[in-house]
Amino acid sequence: MFVGTGRFRLYAAVAAGSFRRFATYRIATVAGVFTNTVFGVILTYTYIALWDEKPGLGGYDQAQALTYVWLGQALLTTVAVMGGGFEDELMARIRTGDVAIDLYRPADLQAWWLAGDLGRAVFQLLARGAVPMAFGGLCFQLALPGDVLTWLAATVAVLLGVVVSFALRFLVALSAFWLLDGAGVAQMAWLASLFFSGMLLPLNVFPGALGEIARALPWSALIQVPADVFLGKHRGADLLATYAFQAGWAAVLLTAGRLLQAVATRRVVVQGG
Amino acid sequence: MAELLRHDQEGAARAAGRDEGRAGPPGPADGAPDRPLARARDGLRAYRMISAMWIRSTMAYRASFAMTALGNFAATALDFAAILLMFSQVDALGGYRLPEVAFLYGAAATSFGLADLAIGSMDRLGRRVRDGTLDTLLVRPAPVLAQVAADRFALRRLGRVTQGALILGYALIALDLTWTPLKVLLIPLMLVSGAGIFMAVFVVGGAFQFLAQDASEVQNAFTYGGNTLLQYPPSVFGKDLVRGATFLVPIAFVNWLPGLYVLGRPYPLGLPSWAAFTPPLVAVACCALAGLAWRAGLRSYRSTGS
Repeated sequence: MFVGTGRFRLYAAVAAGSFRRFATYRIATVAGVFTNTVFGVILTYTYIALWDEKPGLGGYDQAQALTYVWLGQALLTTVAVMGGGFEDELMARIRTGDVAIDLYRPADLQAWWLAGDLGRAVFQLLARGAVPMAFGGLCFQLALPGDVLTWLAATVAVLLGVVVSFALRFLVALSAFWLLDGAGVAQMAWLASLFFSGMLLPLNVFPGALGEIARALPWSALIQVPADVFLGKHRGADLLATYAFQAGWAAVLLTAGRLLQAVATRRVVVQGG
Repeated sequence: MAELLRHDQEGAARAAGRDEGRAGPPGPADGAPDRPLARARDGLRAYRMISAMWIRSTMAYRASFAMTALGNFAATALDFAAILLMFSQVDALGGYRLPEVAFLYGAAATSFGLADLAIGSMDRLGRRVRDGTLDTLLVRPAPVLAQVAADRFALRRLGRVTQGALILGYALIALDLTWTPLKVLLIPLMLVSGAGIFMAVFVVGGAFQFLAQDASEVQNAFTYGGNTLLQYPPSVFGKDLVRGATFLVPIAFVNWLPGLYVLGRPYPLGLPSWAAFTPPLVAVACCALAGLAWRAGLRSYRSTGS
């Protein structure tokens, strides 16, 4: 029990440190919010044109479709759709051999980085999510949920999305054990994530089998699922099933990460040593 | 500090014999007419050497290069995939059919790709200002702009140019237009001027980073954001947004104005049709303004620490 709370405090400290680290760069945060807002405005107009042409597309009315745009901009960095979280740093540590130091720390490698990534995500949800969402809400007709419970339910879905996103990026980072320069894999990964998360266009709008497949893949847990929870598409037992979908992918991918980590650390030869 | 270093730099260039054969005695007061030209030549030479070095360095990890170039291609193709997905549900967007949107898309993506390939590394300037490595560039005997532009030259960005050109090619085949010599001439003119306008945006963004070192993302709103905006017809957007893109940050001259002339469509702001032929002038004006902004930014630079 004592060990348990000690562990928890360690990871809580890592998460808090990561939160503070990202909070340090205030101008960068403001710049990011500005860019997200500009993209939000551009995409809003294209969605208006699309939903004008075909109302009710993907089961959304126009207000819901516009809400989806602004949710996407708000969550883009939180769930790290295009990377930019911890994985570049971990890959650099693997390349330089610094990962050896991480491995003999009295902390678990995966849990350490997960804690850091959660700290980052919470900061970015608050700092980079809130302002674009508020701007979108003021300038356009959005379908914001009226009850607190839906907001809470959506927050849980976002956090689960962050864990799935972390688990995917952890696998990407570990590829550096074999490739040394993981930039190519990282790019392939964020492409898949950009396409299949629903960031480009809601996955409900994807035609036929492509849509079915996209909605079953883990990336849908990043944007599409939290957005649908926010828009009130999943309620009651359906909401639990949605959470189970996200948690299931998180468990599978985290386990895969652990297995890959075990293989990697058995074969790792630190550069220069 | 920056001024001082720049004088040193010119001194170093003279010491290296670069100014040989120039009329008149060398000195800070001389205003020989070939000076800007010589400086431009110097800059291009430095740019070529630095970018060649980065290309060699990239080629050390060939597998990674192939993957990132392919990734760059695919990343831009995703934008078009989104448009295709939209057109899988509708026949027209803002009154424009798929080949017309593809034409605007291809023109914007090719112009932007060329600018991004040439000087897309400018957004790293803020980092250099922050960690003080810009000072290294100031003491080298080559124009700083050329060095910053060629810094980490990324050949993988050919992927974006290729993708844009392919879509443009598709559009030109799929479009059913009555071609005139003017329209044919306008297409290469549009691509080159468009690249010039986007390059000016990159340079102004770089100059801005001297002031706001961490704010490199603001630049993305105008470069990548501008590119995204231009991929759709102007009829999709609100009048104010179109006005801003025409008169404030004149990216409308990249592909909207010349492109709509080729497509035979009216421009929403009621500009005269000869405006379609102004992009080269706009590009030159933008580059001149960007040069001034760059100069002001570099002059305001104060090194970190002491």
